[in-house]
Amino acid sequence: MSSPSGLTGVPMAITPLNRKDFTSDQEVRWCPGCGDYAILSTFQSMMADLGLRRENTVIVSGIGCASRFPYYVDSYGMHSIHGRAPAIATGVAITRPDLNVWVVTGDGDALSIGGNHLIHTLRRNVNLTILLFNNQIYGLTKGQYSPTSEQGKVTKSTPYGSVDSPFNPISLAIGAEASFVARAIDSDRQGLTEVMTAAAAHRGTSLVEIYQNCPIFNDDAFAGLKGPDAADALIVLRDKEPITFGRDGQFCVARNDSFEIEVANTAEVDPARIVVHDVARKDPSQAFAISRLTESGVLRQAPVGIFRQVERPAYDDLVRDQISLAQSKDRGAALAAVIAGNDTWEARAT
Amino acid sequence: MAQPQPLDRVVIRFAGDSGDGMQLTGDRFTAEAAGLGNDIATLPNFPAEIRAPQGTLPGVSSFQLHFADFDIVTPGDRPDVLVAMNPAALKANLADLPRDGVIIVDTADFTKRNLSKIGWDSNPLEDGTLESYKVHALNLTHLATETVKPFGLTRKDASRTKNMFALGLLSWMYSRSLEGTISFLQRKFAGKPDIRDANIAAAQAGHAYGETTESFEFRYEVAPAPMKPGRYRQVSGNMATAYGLMAGAHKADMQLFLGSYPITPASDILHELSKRKDIGVVTFQAEDEIAGVAAALGASYGGALGVTSTSGPGILLKSETISLGVMTEIPLVIVNVQRAGPSTGMPTKTEQADLLQAIHGRNGEAPVPVIAAKSAIDCFDTAVEACRIAIKYRTPVIMLSDGYLANGSEPWRIPNLDDIAPIEPGYATEPNGTDAKDKPTFLPYDRDPETLARAFAIPGTPGLEHRIGGIEKAAGTGNVSYDPDNHDAMVRTRAAKIDGIVRDIPDVEVSDPSGRARVLVLGWGSTWGPITAAARRVRLSGRDVATAHLRHLNPMPANLGEVLRRYDRVIIPEMNLGQLASLIRSRYLVDVHSYSRVRGLPISLSELEQDLIAEIDQHTQEA
Repeated sequence: MSSPSGLTGVPMAITPLNRKDFTSDQEVRWCPGCGDYAILSTFQSMMADLGLRRENTVIVSGIGCASRFPYYVDSYGMHSIHGRAPAIATGVAITRPDLNVWVVTGDGDALSIGGNHLIHTLRRNVNLTILLFNNQIYGLTKGQYSPTSEQGKVTKSTPYGSVDSPFNPISLAIGAEASFVARAIDSDRQGLTEVMTAAAAHRGTSLVEIYQNCPIFNDDAFAGLKGPDAADALIVLRDKEPITFGRDGQFCVARNDSFEIEVANTAEVDPARIVVHDVARKDPSQAFAISRLTESGVLRQAPVGIFRQVERPAYDDLVRDQISLAQSKDRGAALAAVIAGNDTWEARAT
Repeated sequence: MAQPQPLDRVVIRFAGDSGDGMQLTGDRFTAEAAGLGNDIATLPNFPAEIRAPQGTLPGVSSFQLHFADFDIVTPGDRPDVLVAMNPAALKANLADLPRDGVIIVDTADFTKRNLSKIGWDSNPLEDGTLESYKVHALNLTHLATETVKPFGLTRKDASRTKNMFALGLLSWMYSRSLEGTISFLQRKFAGKPDIRDANIAAAQAGHAYGETTESFEFRYEVAPAPMKPGRYRQVSGNMATAYGLMAGAHKADMQLFLGSYPITPASDILHELSKRKDIGVVTFQAEDEIAGVAAALGASYGGALGVTSTSGPGILLKSETISLGVMTEIPLVIVNVQRAGPSTGMPTKTEQADLLQAIHGRNGEAPVPVIAAKSAIDCFDTAVEACRIAIKYRTPVIMLSDGYLANGSEPWRIPNLDDIAPIEPGYATEPNGTDAKDKPTFLPYDRDPETLARAFAIPGTPGLEHRIGGIEKAAGTGNVSYDPDNHDAMVRTRAAKIDGIVRDIPDVEVSDPSGRARVLVLGWGSTWGPITAAARRVRLSGRDVATAHLRHLNPMPANLGEVLRRYDRVIIPEMNLGQLASLIRSRYLVDVHSYSRVRGLPISLSELEQDLIAEIDQHTQEA
């Protein structure tokens, strides 16, 4: 069975596009070494590969370093207000099914000030894709802890160490009934491309958490996932495959005697206990359990790839369906009839 | 029984427990009066609690109706007739009734226990409290339940028909037929035949009771009011607002998108528009006030007409998005159905204390046009006007209504959509400039030289891809700019654009029939009703007074300064502590007199009449 695509209704470009077509004339102003550069470049290439008409893409962002993103992509875009991008994008997506709508946000923007809009957009399943750049710090305001910073983090606003507990964005999204949840790393061009492409093709709200390095205020937060030992740290999720990772698949994700999911040595585990990843499972509990394998703070281990991808009617499709079913042939006449009402009387000239 | 006596006007107030169906009773009587061609004005007044404890003062709900054989502008402040369904309703409303007023009271609940619940030691029906009034004490509950016995209803359902019995009785008293009410009950209870038949029987029995018993000396008749010929219906302010928004979007050939969050007293706009899928209206009940307006802004960005409806507390939350709308110059209509504040205030009571919030309530220099409706039916024209300004000038527009207009209703001559001028969105489809390399490009902040409205290209338009946002824009390109001179110029341009709307709005009109007035009463919003009515009475007393009304609060009409200076004294009645007065003083340096009442109710026209007479007499003496 073919799934409804997130891009159905969005017109395709007549001639092939390349990365440069999606590069605006604006000078990119992120700090040198910022992970955003890699994400931008990967995004621009991916957009060219999607082959949609450039004018039919809209990127809405909030506030923060990540949210400068739309200025650098030559499509339609709005750099809006702090935390509200999902709500603004919802209005665009409902009224314009011919547009490919993206939200670009950060951990502060999406999970702190905009937490409410994020969860409600996910539960509604509006057809749009959210790229959540998670650098576990407030960059634009110059280095305060964020809702994904680890407890104990020393920042300008937490000189004695943060006492806040962090969110796990993947767990949050799954808990909020998200139909597509994935994670990628800024420097992993191939993984990021795969995940973003799948997210765009998913009909409904797709959430992609992107681990993004902030070299100024939280450098090397994800170094443990990038260095020579990355293979032992990255739990790469592949649909319908047993979850093994590390050199020669020496580690795996398996169920223990209490049926909890944990990381184990492949050699020491009954192969039947190794979890077979299945993005389309109706029950979200396995995806949630896998999301809990993410460490917080200085990461030494995290699953990446698509956690969950299930079919669920998109909110905006349902809204448009109701309207097209109820729609009058002549809206003007229908409006005139509503205004005239049923209970009327005539006043005659006296 | 003698022929009905003619009256020119009557004010009736129905009062009872919030579960007694007083709003429905009032609505039906209003519909009957309207159907007979009377002019009408209504004032529903109810507690915020859905069902406050029975028989208590906080649980009293009332509906006041003014109907007349002439053009009236307010629901009246002192009822001629009070229909009280229980002791609490009598106690809560008695003070408003003039001596000699008529009281029709249901005696069923006048037990010692119920009386002491509201602090009455003795029975006012017996102890002489009511001796200055014409009292008809009837056991309406008993009369109604006896009537509906054959229908086998539960005790509770049977006693609930007492409101229809009362309606029948009143209909007899004022010579109205029950036809409309009967067909209404047939529609409303179509699925519950026993309830339907019982209510119809109760209404008919009430009518017959008036006719056959000898307890009522008189019955009255109020002749039709002369009205402009045409087809009429009854409409409340919230309904008229919803219709106006649909009409505005229709005339612009845009899809209407309402993003909203439920809030008293604005929710009926959301309810009405949610029904209108046949007209292609999208309603989005958002997770909060912020998302409601944000989604509306997003819809406008995509080429729909984004609208949000709320009350004062919601405006607070929407301010940042309105501010973004100012910066990005995107059409957006914000409807504020004002209620008594601050904070939660009195959600079901009216006030007009959000004027300065509408004009100034954003960070930075963020001007928006502000327009206010003066009556329930005027909400339609005001909403169409708000849409027109928003689209033409690419700006958020705040439309002010209030709880009194929202729920009150009056006869409305049904407008013909063809009489409303089309609105031209004028989206850009071609490049309008060149870039650094001299190639054709789109400049989103290039402006129409006359209106200063920016060029607006909606997503999907090939070749005009561009980015906008809340950061200061460079003139023309719309690129991010921190240039001091550019900011100065953009702040002034945004202000000049809104100020320039003055060219599109009519001059303020002064009503001064004698042409000799030295005192001007200036109003805005729903105080139009009490001001107009009070001025009529002042003139009937032989004094001269001028009145003027402001629909446009920002910008204000071009001739306003000149008008203000024509009079020795300018009085501004407002349901706030003088917000328009302070704006007028600061803009025109005219020392206006603020007349301020913040009781959660419309300004009393008889009080205003007396105060105006005192002012005018004092001024005449001084002069």
